[in-house]
Amino acid sequence: MKDFNYHSAKDSKEASKLASSSSAFLAGGMTTIPSMKLGLATYKDLIDIKNIKKLSGIKVSGKSVTIGAATKHVEVSNSKDVKKAIPSLSSLAEGIGDPQVRNRGTIGGSIANNDPSADYPSACIALNATIHTNERKIEAAKFFKGMFETALKKGELIEAIEFQIPEKSSYQKHPNPASRYAIVGVYVAKHKGDVNVAVTGAKSCVYNDKEMSKALSGNFSSSSIDGMDLDSSEMNNDMHASAEFRASLVVTQAKKAVDAC
Amino acid sequence: MASLVGSRVERKEDKRFLTGKGRYTADINLANQTYAIFVRSPHARASIKKINIDKALKSSGVVSILTGKEIADDKIGGLIAGWAIRSEDGTEMKCPGNPPLAKDNVNFVGDPVAVVIAESLAEAKEAAEKVEVDYKVLKAVTSTADAMNGDTIHEGIDKNLCFDWLLGDRQKVKEAFDKADKVISIDIINNRLIPNAMEPRACVADYNAASEEITLYTTSQNPHLSRLIMSAFGNVAPEHKLRVVAPDVGGGFGSKINVYNEDIVCSWAAKKINRAIKWVAERSESFLTDIHGRDHVTHAELAVTKDGKFLGFKNETIANLGAYARVFGTVTPTYLFGPCATGVYEIPAAYTNVKAVYTNTAPVDAYRGAGRPEATYTIERLVEKASMELGIDKTELRIKNFPTAFPFKQTLVHTVDSGDYVAGMEKAKQMADYKGFEARRKESEAKGKLRGIGVTSYFEACGIAPSAAVMSLGCGVGLWESAEVRFNPTGQVTVYTGSHSHGQSHQTTFAQIAADELGVPIENIDIVHGDTDKGTFGMGTYGSRSLAVGGIAIVNACKKIVEKGKRVTAKMLEANPDDVEFKDGEFIVSKSNKKKTIGEVAFACYLPGVRDEMKSPLPEGDEPGLKETSFYDPSNFSFPAGTHIAEVEIDPETGHVKLEKYTACDDFGRIINPMVVEGQVHGGLAQGIGQALYENAEYDETGQLMTGSYMDYTMPRADNFPEFNIGYTCTHATTNPLGVKGCGEAGAIAAPPTVMNAVIDALGGQEVTMPATAEKVWKACKNLKKSNAKAA
Ligand SMILES: Cc1cc2nc3c(=O)[nH]c(=O)nc-3n(C[C@H](O)[C@H](O)[C@H](O)COP(=O)(O)OP(=O)(O)OC[C@H]3O[C@@H](n4cnc5c(N)ncnc54)[C@H](O)[C@@H]3O)c2cc1C
Repeated sequence: MKDFNYHSAKDSKEASKLASSSSAFLAGGMTTIPSMKLGLATYKDLIDIKNIKKLSGIKVSGKSVTIGAATKHVEVSNSKDVKKAIPSLSSLAEGIGDPQVRNRGTIGGSIANNDPSADYPSACIALNATIHTNERKIEAAKFFKGMFETALKKGELIEAIEFQIPEKSSYQKHPNPASRYAIVGVYVAKHKGDVNVAVTGAKSCVYNDKEMSKALSGNFSSSSIDGMDLDSSEMNNDMHASAEFRASLVVTQAKKAVDAC
Repeated sequence: MASLVGSRVERKEDKRFLTGKGRYTADINLANQTYAIFVRSPHARASIKKINIDKALKSSGVVSILTGKEIADDKIGGLIAGWAIRSEDGTEMKCPGNPPLAKDNVNFVGDPVAVVIAESLAEAKEAAEKVEVDYKVLKAVTSTADAMNGDTIHEGIDKNLCFDWLLGDRQKVKEAFDKADKVISIDIINNRLIPNAMEPRACVADYNAASEEITLYTTSQNPHLSRLIMSAFGNVAPEHKLRVVAPDVGGGFGSKINVYNEDIVCSWAAKKINRAIKWVAERSESFLTDIHGRDHVTHAELAVTKDGKFLGFKNETIANLGAYARVFGTVTPTYLFGPCATGVYEIPAAYTNVKAVYTNTAPVDAYRGAGRPEATYTIERLVEKASMELGIDKTELRIKNFPTAFPFKQTLVHTVDSGDYVAGMEKAKQMADYKGFEARRKESEAKGKLRGIGVTSYFEACGIAPSAAVMSLGCGVGLWESAEVRFNPTGQVTVYTGSHSHGQSHQTTFAQIAADELGVPIENIDIVHGDTDKGTFGMGTYGSRSLAVGGIAIVNACKKIVEKGKRVTAKMLEANPDDVEFKDGEFIVSKSNKKKTIGEVAFACYLPGVRDEMKSPLPEGDEPGLKETSFYDPSNFSFPAGTHIAEVEIDPETGHVKLEKYTACDDFGRIINPMVVEGQVHGGLAQGIGQALYENAEYDETGQLMTGSYMDYTMPRADNFPEFNIGYTCTHATTNPLGVKGCGEAGAIAAPPTVMNAVIDALGGQEVTMPATAEKVWKACKNLKKSNAKAA
């Protein structure tokens, strides 16, 4: 690992002031530190944001659950409030990686990183989340731009993620047996008007499957998507799963999610 | 005094391990030490055109940079294969040179070409990045099955073939097959595995210019053997000037048997720079450069009568050696594999033919079970298939072919002294509720799931091994073991064993044995191992040999102590030595109340005199002191056996295999510490089930390791396993005084075919290769659905 400067910011303002083109925010460090260690990334400055009080904590209102960006996965999975308001969100957090990762990794780090097989991005899409940054509010649908790519600008800091509480929801993941990231994860959420079917792991970036959303908005039953033959041409194809298998898993996991709602 | 053998004595080593007080090689820091980083080939196969170290030498903190040229100039020898195997046509095996630092060619990704030694680890790393190696990249050979058709990797080794070996009689087998009602055949792959010991390899080498002695601390399963190899073949230093210490070692599974490049290079370089050098592997280096295991492609056939008697067995295997042949690399797919491939059955005619090939992949060598998992997988998958094709219950078919009497002269090599395979099978069936399976299958079906049951009956040959036997088969050393039992004057005991513990709990098990033999409290017994300066010689730990060979050496040395004690007691108490009995730590003159404790005897041996009297307690001919040595050479291998039964449930929509039940009923002979044995069985099962369902080392066609980290290589975790149902039958080995057989490898040997037989049973007999990943199983489920639809 190359030498770097460590800064601990006391508020969002200081954090974004310290940011440059050769810096990274340090939240849980679960992605940043291994990639620095393996020489895949080098930064001159790491700006620790864990000590910014405002970034941690969970708030539940009648309509939404707001989670501070530096809140750890374990805090989300253990939160009684989250369990009550959106149980599927708490079980998603419980299924991330392993205890060590959950004890350090944060929700903000996860969505800022936008790994194509990360779990939280699907929750953001399915639960019509709003991403609050130090500069603006971004709708989830406009936040995830592509593989490891988001709408965040340089130095822009995620402060909180606000999830809309659905009528029913479930997240079903088929994990990579080695890393436990999602080979395919499907987050189904039934809101008043419509149904979201957010899919992670299958393509280069999380997406809302329009075909299944439509079918389920018409009839919220797994039978309405049973046997659906999805186009696998844009799906990931790697040694852990072929595109064809992923296409099948998307439907299977979506069905499971609907049945679990 | 109650016997300790057979009881769940708590592990003496746990206090240090569980409180973080273990002392592993990486914990050792010497004054003024330097740090080594190895520059490794990023290519699977290339010739080295030029190495430019100029820039790197200028990097801060660099002490020295050494390459293959310097090591060749200093006439330091390379790594070796420990067994010479002869081909069927009588020619000797062909082994390439394997210099510790590659000079002209590199043959796998990770092959080291230079070492950078610097004042700090960070500086060594920084400088290593500046070493410029100009490679001419060549086409790599990576596939086991096709290796013989690839470019020649090592000059002069035609078809990349190390040997083409035969065990058995082809003609007899042909005759048997001619008589058969049916021939069952199978094509299987034994997937390549990466051992993944918890502690990565490491070494710290030190040189004392005054005594001209090199001390090497290293993660080894066999420090004396390492010293012998480094001295005799590596030319690093004469044995008396080389001390090898393997302190606490965090797991090996065979991967730490070998002397590795880094051991030789650091020892040699420490002398060259006259400073200590430390090297600790990163996990990615472990993935790339630790020996790998298994990697066979096999076609096997079983000739049977229609009522299920086995007549003949053929086994045609290609075994991947990787880039070079290493210590147990050539014996693992031959003598550790072939003899066991006929399993626990009476098969009148059999042969095993193995073509061992070189590829541009990490060297393949002994990994937990070494050859016997591959053998058991071959025969047990074949037998299970036979049961399906013949329509005979899988347990009945096995029982029908079990030997009827012991000793059992197994078809190819071994004479199995003891066992009761039928009892093992019956007990396993009962433990697993074999009878209730059909009802459970129906329950699963009702939920839309597929359920399967799989059985394996195995035996294995371990406790390696009689020296004359193994040396006649090409082994470079004898496989006896030594022990030294030393009394202190005040009565405590130090036992030096040539076996090595890297997770096997010798400190406890061996102390239990010595405590029983000597009648000394276990707290007063220390087991010492792992340092060539502390004992005469030892062969180390592998092949489940520690107890069956090393443990017996301890027993024998203790018996010598007792014999001397009897003589001394007789002298002290003026009795006839033949009248002295030893029991529970006391020497008793029979038919009298005269006795001496073993502590008193030890004291007298060290302080042989009495004030005011010219009198010695030592009989004429006996020397002072109380220390005895045994070099025990076993008369035979030992043969653990058992039956394992697994049940899986498959979700046909996702292909997910859930291991629902696992039953292991083993015969390990006498059990010294049931708790330790359970640990060994659990660990073995985890690795065996890991091979069946999760683990796989995969190279792409250019020879890059695709599964080079835990993000891609699936190490099983606790939540992958059900609670293991473990039981034993016990027939004592007749070939050693303790009646022990060995338990370290059984789980890894029996579990892969057990689990795969269950998976394939659930899939209606469709083949899937290991590991049975979700996608493979999902595809098989789709096929099953199609063929069921056609049939309907
Ligand atoms: C072994 C392992 C297994 C894992 N398994 C899973 C899994 O199953 N599912 C899953 O979803 N994830 C998984 N992860 C990822 C993990 O859960 C973390 O979410 C992820 O690594 C990033 O979170 P972090 O807090 O560690 O971020 P860091 O590593 O600290 O940062 C990651 C990136 O996000 C940026 N960043 C961090 N916080 C902010 C912020 N508030 N605003 C703007 N940018 C920010 C940083 O600058 C950096 O570029 C796994 C990770 C590991 C190491």
